Amino acid sequence: MSENGNGNGAANGHGLLSLVPKTDEKQTMKDFKTDQEVRWCPGCGDYAVLAAVQSFLPELGLRRENITFVSGIGCSSRFPYYMNTYGFHSIHGRAPAIATGLATSRPDLSVWVVTGDGDSLSIGGNHLIHALRRNVNLKILLFNNRIYGLTKGQYSPTSELGKITKSTPMGSLDAPFNPLSLAIGAEGTFVARTIDSDRKHLQSVLRAAAQHRGTALVEIYQNCNIFNDNAFEPLKDASVRDDVTVRLEHGEPIVFGADRTKALRRTPTGSFEVVDVADVDPSEIAVHDARNPDPSQAFALSRLDQPAFEHTPIGIFRDVDRPSYDELMRAQLDEAVQTQGEGDLAALLGSGDTWRID
Amino acid sequence: MTKQVQQLDRVIIRFAGDSGDGMQLTGDRFTQETAAFGNDLSTLPNFPAEIRAPAGTLPGVSSFQLHFADHDILTPGDAPNVLVAMNPAALKANLTDLPRGADLIVNTDEFSKRNLAKVGYAASPVEDDSLSEYRVHALPLTSMTVTALTGFDISKKDAERAKNMFALGLLSWLYHRPTEGTLAFLEKKFGGKPEIMKANIAAFQAGWSYGETTEAFSVQYEIKPAEHEPGLYRNITGNIALAYGLVAAGVQSGLPIFLGSYPITPASDILHEISKHKKFGVRTFQAEDEIAAVGAALGASFGGSLGVTTTSGPGIALKSETIGLGVATELPLLVIDVQRAGPSTGLPTKTEQADLLQAMHGRNGEAPVPVIAPQSPSDCFDAALEAARIAVKYRTPVILLSDGYLANGSEPWKLPDVAKLPTIEPNFAAPSPDGFQPFERDPDTLARPWAIPGTAGLEHRIGGLEKADVTGNISYDPANHDRMVRLRQAKVDGIANDIEPLAVDDPSEAARVLVLGWGGTYGAISAAVRRVRASGRGIAQAHLRHLNPFPANLPEVLRSYDKVIVPEINLGQLALLLRGRLLIDVIGYNQVRGLPFKAEELQGVIQDVIDSE
Repeated sequence: MSENGNGNGAANGHGLLSLVPKTDEKQTMKDFKTDQEVRWCPGCGDYAVLAAVQSFLPELGLRRENITFVSGIGCSSRFPYYMNTYGFHSIHGRAPAIATGLATSRPDLSVWVVTGDGDSLSIGGNHLIHALRRNVNLKILLFNNRIYGLTKGQYSPTSELGKITKSTPMGSLDAPFNPLSLAIGAEGTFVARTIDSDRKHLQSVLRAAAQHRGTALVEIYQNCNIFNDNAFEPLKDASVRDDVTVRLEHGEPIVFGADRTKALRRTPTGSFEVVDVADVDPSEIAVHDARNPDPSQAFALSRLDQPAFEHTPIGIFRDVDRPSYDELMRAQLDEAVQTQGEGDLAALLGSGDTWRID
Repeated sequence: MTKQVQQLDRVIIRFAGDSGDGMQLTGDRFTQETAAFGNDLSTLPNFPAEIRAPAGTLPGVSSFQLHFADHDILTPGDAPNVLVAMNPAALKANLTDLPRGADLIVNTDEFSKRNLAKVGYAASPVEDDSLSEYRVHALPLTSMTVTALTGFDISKKDAERAKNMFALGLLSWLYHRPTEGTLAFLEKKFGGKPEIMKANIAAFQAGWSYGETTEAFSVQYEIKPAEHEPGLYRNITGNIALAYGLVAAGVQSGLPIFLGSYPITPASDILHEISKHKKFGVRTFQAEDEIAAVGAALGASFGGSLGVTTTSGPGIALKSETIGLGVATELPLLVIDVQRAGPSTGLPTKTEQADLLQAMHGRNGEAPVPVIAPQSPSDCFDAALEAARIAVKYRTPVILLSDGYLANGSEPWKLPDVAKLPTIEPNFAAPSPDGFQPFERDPDTLARPWAIPGTAGLEHRIGGLEKADVTGNISYDPANHDRMVRLRQAKVDGIANDIEPLAVDDPSEAARVLVLGWGGTYGAISAAVRRVRASGRGIAQAHLRHLNPFPANLPEVLRSYDKVIVPEINLGQLALLLRGRLLIDVIGYNQVRGLPFKAEELQGVIQDVIDSE
């Protein structure tokens, strides 16, 4: 798993590390902690993600001052206050927009967006899809707990249909978003899913995301033990989790189950179906190809989660190479200087029809 | 034949036609010729919001008014002396503005039964005596153009489309305009289509020759160049001046400009213009919506760029929350509002000054923002620089209120000496042995440090939650919140000590009545003031550039007059602020017709107040 993540950044030849200054000083997890008291509810999945991020960042060896966390509003969006980097806790839904301005004007920064399912898929849905299509150089951590926590328990755009909450006493009427289907539909260049309770997997995905130049969207299944406890229980319960979790690894046949007896096979319509390994020829078992520029296969994988948690793929669905937005913009600025020379203010003001009065 | 030449001191021409007739282009070219000739001038384009309303209908009429003179003028003029009407709709839509005795040039080719019926004319007004109070020149402009272009390898439609150049040629002859600029323009515009280019030049020259030879025009007019200060001049619209001002702010501060914008009338031309100047290192970002546009600008400011967003009133409504975030995080941000008539979509292509209270108060919580308004098209350049100076020095969003009239109107501009433009110091925070506190304020300006990512040792977190004074940590402490609200207000209020005091113009030094305006009404008010003074009355005039904070001497100025008249293209928004903040009553004069004030109407208003003293 971790090999997959590490491999890709090197493979595409211009990983994040080439533009963000590195440090020679040895960093530890402690360097990334602030003196602020962490104020999430006891037992919240956010703690695990925070610890995972703080403990993996030293591996990257980036200068701490060149890392920035930008967030919106919601429980997870308090994240920047606990990271001893630059940070910007903004307004509801707008973190991708604000981070777009930052990342586009500062290619020397590693810019991380921390957001939740309500923040990024309801009020900020527009900014999320546009950041993805532009391939802005952002690492977006989408904490999906399928509920509104900070406003105390209303249903979210990822809540299951019929969800009973304070605002939907008779059940919610809204079909949920599948965040990964949405991101792949927007042709995001890096789309992955992981889970708060599996630190090793979480860090391997973060590592790969950090190396990706362009938008990396990482959906993190995160438990809200107050308003939506056990939302992801099938993926955590040791007695069933291996049977429902499909771990994706690039270039590997998609085989899963406690005894690795199940596999995925492509159907004639392009979707995936679950088959018993024993029943099929090995050549029929699908091989995961995260680097296929065509998003169809990644999309089909993202649909496997219907109905929820019968079979849930985690890992990197898609990881393709496309110029990032800041690179494209910088190229235009460079081209303008090359073809027209440096800007000259007096010449600009005096362009067009002028006349002199003596 | 030799024509009689009559001297005039000023002329107001209005070109009017269908949206597809090229009236804006015709007006713009006549303006450039007039500028090159050396007249003073002022223009007023007026066009529908629809790109192509049904042809020949009243909603589809587009017009361009130009006032030019041998002396310094201030407005595009109240009423045209000459109306060029390319079709019945253009005639009908503009006739009420035409004073008796005015010249009326009508393209009779378009006065078909069908076109007349479209606008409710039972009979052609050119043929009955309904236009008898005007000097009518009924000319078949379209067919004369087509005739002049026989022999060119172009379609009949293309030949007909050149009728605006025929009209321009005729008017250029009539007013002795230099033609080199228009010929060069046509060569460049149609460079890729040589036959169309030659045809348009031929149509232009045919119009000129027609004027020279026809007996329909017995008089040619001459308007001598105006006296201007020595210098290099160009004609400029408010939107282009504003765009140049923003580019200049980048150069003068050394900060990269980041413009986040979403297309909206009448502000889009600023985005278009700045997008052409990437060689200055300017980044332009057409966002997915107004909110993303300002968000990206604020994010860029956090990173050490000068973030700018350009929009109109509806866009400001959408950006309000992010502007509030800029107030809370105390980052530089320029917000340009090219005001248009509201509420809601309103009249997108028409002017208004009704966003003043939105700019002042349109945010949740106590969220003071400096507000600046340019007073003429060329002044948009200086106002943009001044807005940038305040935003950077005080680490604050600044709202600049232009309007549709300034944006599209134009005037001659004496180019500033670039070496004498003000410089803007970013003064980024640097590491210090005393440690770093993100909300420790400069004792003079009360501005907080601007510490940008990439600076080692200054890592810190900002955001929309209330911050503890000095440390910037999250604080829910009641006393701290009260203190921070007052500090942010005091910071903005303190800018009053860093701006020019309000200047009063009163040559008589004995006026008892003051007329006070703000923003784009400067030209009309000034023209009215001249007329009032010419009538023998004394009147003092002052014009506010800074709406928030007000200049420190404003109360003293207002209290030194018996009466203060405040004309505004809204229902009294500045008047409300003056009464509320200064406890000074003023006499409001308010019109919201989507059009600038006329000098004559303001003259009447001012004289009535003076005479009632």
